[in-house]
Amino acid sequence: MTTVEEPKTTTFDDNDQKPVGFGRMLRKEDPRLLRGRGRFTDDVQLPGMLHLAILRSPFAHARVVSVDTSAAEAAPGVKAVVTGETLKGLGLAWMPTLSNDVQAVLATDKVRFQGQEVAFVVAEDRYAARDALELIDVEYEVLDPVIDVRQALAPDAPLIRDDLEGKADNHCFDWETGDADETEAVFARADVVVQQDIVYPRVHPAPMETCGAVADFDAVEGKLKLWSTTQAPHAHRTLYAIVAGLPEHKIQVIAPDIGGGFGNKVPIYPGYVCAIVGSIVTGKPVKWMEDRSENLISTGFARDYIMRGEIAATRDGKILGIRTNVLADHGAFNGTAAPVKYPAGFFGVFTGSYDIEAAYCKMTAVYTNKAPGGVAYACSFRITEAVYLVERIVDCLAAELDMDPAELRLKNFIQPDQFPYTTKTGWVYDSGNYEPTMRLAMDIAGYADLRREQEEKRARGELMGIGISFFTEAVGAGPRKNMDILGLGMADGCELRVHPTGKAVVRLSVKTQGQGHETTFAQIVAEEIGIPPADIEVVHGDTDQTPFGLGTYGSRSTPVSGAAAALVARKVRDKAQLIASAMLEVTVADLDWVKGSFQVKGDPAKAVTIQQIAMRAHGAGDLPEGVEGGLEAQICYNPSNLTYPHGAYICVVDIDPGTAQVKVRRFIAVDDCGTRINPMIIEGQIHGGLTDGVGMALMEMISFDEDGNCLGASLMDYLIPTALEVPDWETGYTVTPSPHHPIGAKGVGESATVGSPPAIVNAVVDALKPYGVRHADMPLTPSRVWDAMRGRATPPI
Amino acid sequence: MQVTMTVNDVEVTAEIEGRLLLVHFLRDTLSLTGTHWGCDTSNCGTCVVWLDGEPVKSCTVLAAMADGHAVRTVEGLARGAELDPIQEGFMQCHGLQCGFCTPGMMMTCRALLDKNPDPTDAEIREAISGQICRCTGYSTIVRSVRWASVHEAANK
Repeated sequence: MTTVEEPKTTTFDDNDQKPVGFGRMLRKEDPRLLRGRGRFTDDVQLPGMLHLAILRSPFAHARVVSVDTSAAEAAPGVKAVVTGETLKGLGLAWMPTLSNDVQAVLATDKVRFQGQEVAFVVAEDRYAARDALELIDVEYEVLDPVIDVRQALAPDAPLIRDDLEGKADNHCFDWETGDADETEAVFARADVVVQQDIVYPRVHPAPMETCGAVADFDAVEGKLKLWSTTQAPHAHRTLYAIVAGLPEHKIQVIAPDIGGGFGNKVPIYPGYVCAIVGSIVTGKPVKWMEDRSENLISTGFARDYIMRGEIAATRDGKILGIRTNVLADHGAFNGTAAPVKYPAGFFGVFTGSYDIEAAYCKMTAVYTNKAPGGVAYACSFRITEAVYLVERIVDCLAAELDMDPAELRLKNFIQPDQFPYTTKTGWVYDSGNYEPTMRLAMDIAGYADLRREQEEKRARGELMGIGISFFTEAVGAGPRKNMDILGLGMADGCELRVHPTGKAVVRLSVKTQGQGHETTFAQIVAEEIGIPPADIEVVHGDTDQTPFGLGTYGSRSTPVSGAAAALVARKVRDKAQLIASAMLEVTVADLDWVKGSFQVKGDPAKAVTIQQIAMRAHGAGDLPEGVEGGLEAQICYNPSNLTYPHGAYICVVDIDPGTAQVKVRRFIAVDDCGTRINPMIIEGQIHGGLTDGVGMALMEMISFDEDGNCLGASLMDYLIPTALEVPDWETGYTVTPSPHHPIGAKGVGESATVGSPPAIVNAVVDALKPYGVRHADMPLTPSRVWDAMRGRATPPI
Repeated sequence: MQVTMTVNDVEVTAEIEGRLLLVHFLRDTLSLTGTHWGCDTSNCGTCVVWLDGEPVKSCTVLAAMADGHAVRTVEGLARGAELDPIQEGFMQCHGLQCGFCTPGMMMTCRALLDKNPDPTDAEIREAISGQICRCTGYSTIVRSVRWASVHEAANK
C-alpha cells in the first residue's frame, strides 16, 4: 500500500476529536509542559537535599600523583569530599561500561581524557560545592596523549589502558562482516571501481537538559531512590545492583521528564554513581547536575569513524559490490552502548537499499585520550555512519559514471518482490517498496525543474546543488537470541489494567525523552481495545511502577514496546470476549469485535461495550468457568526481527561563491515507517532529525588540539542550528507495513538524523561540481567549503 | 543582601547572596521550576524570562539586578485554567517535544506578538534565533506562533 499526503505547511485545524485509534491527536503530555509544570530531574527538591559538584581533569593524559582535599573539607557548607582513593576502599573506583569494558568512576591511577572525573564535593548548595572544587589540590604528572587516531597503534604510541592486565597497545577491537574473497572477486571483474576516504567526525547529542541525578538512600530501609536522566531506567537499576552491590529490589530508578536524550542518556555516567555514593556517605538526598561544558566534554559523543569506501559497478550503472575499511575512535574507555555481539552497532547495513552481489567491511577500533561514548546522537546503533558511507560513495559513483544520482539509485534498488531480503552482510530486511518513496520525493521536489534551474544558474556562475539520499534503517533491537546488553535481553514488558469503570492504565518499560509516548501508547492501546486515549493513563519511567525492559534508544520504542502494548491489549480483549460471551449468552465464536464492543453476529443490537465488560469483570455475578476476576494482563515482547524503515531525502542548497556560506534552501523528506500511529508526532520526529542533519553536515564537530584539549566545550564553540540555519521542512510519506510487527509499525525516531547528512553533503558537493570537487568532509563550514573550492579540501581530523 | 521584586504579579522578598543568578533564584529559592537552565553562556535561551516585559536570559542576570523590577515566568503566562494563545498554539501545532526549551521559547514568542501581532515567518525565526531547540526543527514553533497570531486576531 502506498499513500500520498500533500505536504502540509500552515494549516491550523483543531482536530483532537478522534475518539479511538490512530491519527493526529494532540499530546497528553503537553498541558503540564506548557505551564512550566513538567518535572525534570533538576526540578526535584527534597528536604535536606545537598548538592554535588565534580572536579575534572584539565589534562587529557596524566598520572594522578596526589589529591589534597583538606582545604575543601574545611570550606563553609561542605559536607563531604570524595576521591578515587576513597572509592577504591569501597570497591567502587571502577564500573563496567555497556560494552564490557571498565571505566573509572573517579580516577585513581591516571586521567585518560580531559574532563575525566577526579573527585567530588557534596555541600549545602550548588555554589558552595563549586567553590570547594577550587580548593582541591591535585598534583598531576602530565603524560603524552594519543589524540591523532591514525597514530594510536603506532609502535611508540603512549599506552592509555595500562589498567587492563597484559594490555600493551591501544587496540580496542577488530570486527569484520561480509565476505572478503567474494567481494574481491566482484571488484576484480567490475568495469568501474570508485574509492573515497570519508570521515564522519565526532559530534555530540547535546540535549538541552544536561545529565544529572538526585540520589536518596534510606539507610534504615536500605532503599535507594534515584531520580536520573536515563533513557533506560530498568537496565540502569540492574547495573547499579551489580556495580554497587545493592539488592535490586531495594533500588528504585525514576526517570522523570527528560529534556531530550538522543542517546546521550543511555550510558551510566560516573556522576550518577557519585550521587549515590554522596547520599550513602552523607545520609542525605544529594543532587548532581552537570553543566553544559561537562556535558560536552565528558558524556557520550557520537561517530568518530574514518572510513575508506569502495564501490564496484558496471559501466551502465549496476552496482556490484561495496567494501569499506574503518578506523574507529572509541576514546579512553569503550563506553559504546550497543548489543554485545555488535561492537560496531548495526554498521553492517552499509550495503544500503541496493541489490548487490558482494560486500565486506573490516574495522579496527582504538583507544585515544578522548571522552568515551560512541553510540549516541540518534544514530540507530551506527546506522548513521553506514548510511552516510553508502550514500556518499553512491554519489561518487554517479559522478564517475556521469549519471543522474536519482537514476543510479532507482536502477539498483532492492525490488518489492525480493522482500524479505537478506543482505550480503546478513541483515534480513522485513519489507520495503523503495521506488514509490523515491518518486514521491522527486515529485514534491520538482526534481526535473530543479535540475533545469541548476543548469541555468551554473551558466551564470551561481552555485546551486541538489543532493539525494535514500536510506534503509534497522531499528527495534532486538531479537533476544542474538541481542543483549551486558547479558540483558533486549525485550520489553508491558502491563495493561482496565479498571471497573472502563478506564485503563498501561505501564511501559520504555521512557520518553520528548517522543510523546504518553500519547502514542495510549493510541496503540485505544486502537486495540476501543477505550478512548483520554481514558488511558500511560505510566513509564519508574522501575517500581513498570515491568522490566531495556528502554528507549535506537528507535526501539514503537517496534518493541509498541508491539508489547498492542499484544497486551489483545490479551485483555481476548479475556473480555470470554466475559462478553457469558454476558450475551452466546459462544465466543458468535461474537464480532467492533471497535469498543462485542456484538452478536447477525444481531448488532445485542452488544456489550468494553466498559460494561470491565464492570462485569470486577463486579457481582458469575464469570465463565475458569475465568478469573479483573481485566488485566502483562506480557514481555521479544521481537522476531528488527524493523526496516526507509526514506528518500532531497536537499537543495545555494552557496555564496564570495563567502562559501551554504544555505539549505529546501529539504524534502519522504519517510516510510510502516503503519503511522500519530502523524503529527512522526512529522515532529522527522523535523528534529533533519535539523540534527544540518547541524552535523554544516556546523557541529567536537575537535581537540594536539594536547587533547576539547575545542567544543561550550555552545559558543559547538554550534547547533538555530531557526535561521534551517528551512521550512517539506515532508511526505509512503506506508509499507512491517510484516512481523503486530500493527505493522516501524521505528522512526532516528530516520531523519540518519538520512539527512548525506543528502546535504551530496547537495554541497553537487553545487561545487564546477570546481571539480568530488568529495568534501563534514562539517561543511564556510572555511572548509572555501578550501574545497580552491582544491584544498582536507579531512577535518 | 535583601531583594524585593514582583514575580508573576506577586511581590517577593528574600535574603540572597549577591552572586546568585536570577535563574537559580527563581528555581531554587522560589521553586518556580518552569524556567530551565541549559548552557551558562547565553546561547541556548531555555532560561528566558521577562524583566519589566523584556525577554532576558536569566542565567546571565543576577537576582540582585531584578531588585525593584517585575519578573514574569512561564508560570505567569496562563490566566488560571485558560492558556495564553501562545501556549495553545504550541499545543495545537506540536511546537514542543521534550518541553525543555519550551518555556523560554514561549516567553520570547509572547513578547514578539505583543510588539508585532502579525509577524512573518522570517520575523518569527529572527526572534527565536538566540535560542536552541534540539527536538522540533523549528518549523512547528513558527507554525505555533502563527496559530497564536491568527487566533488572537480572530478573537479581537
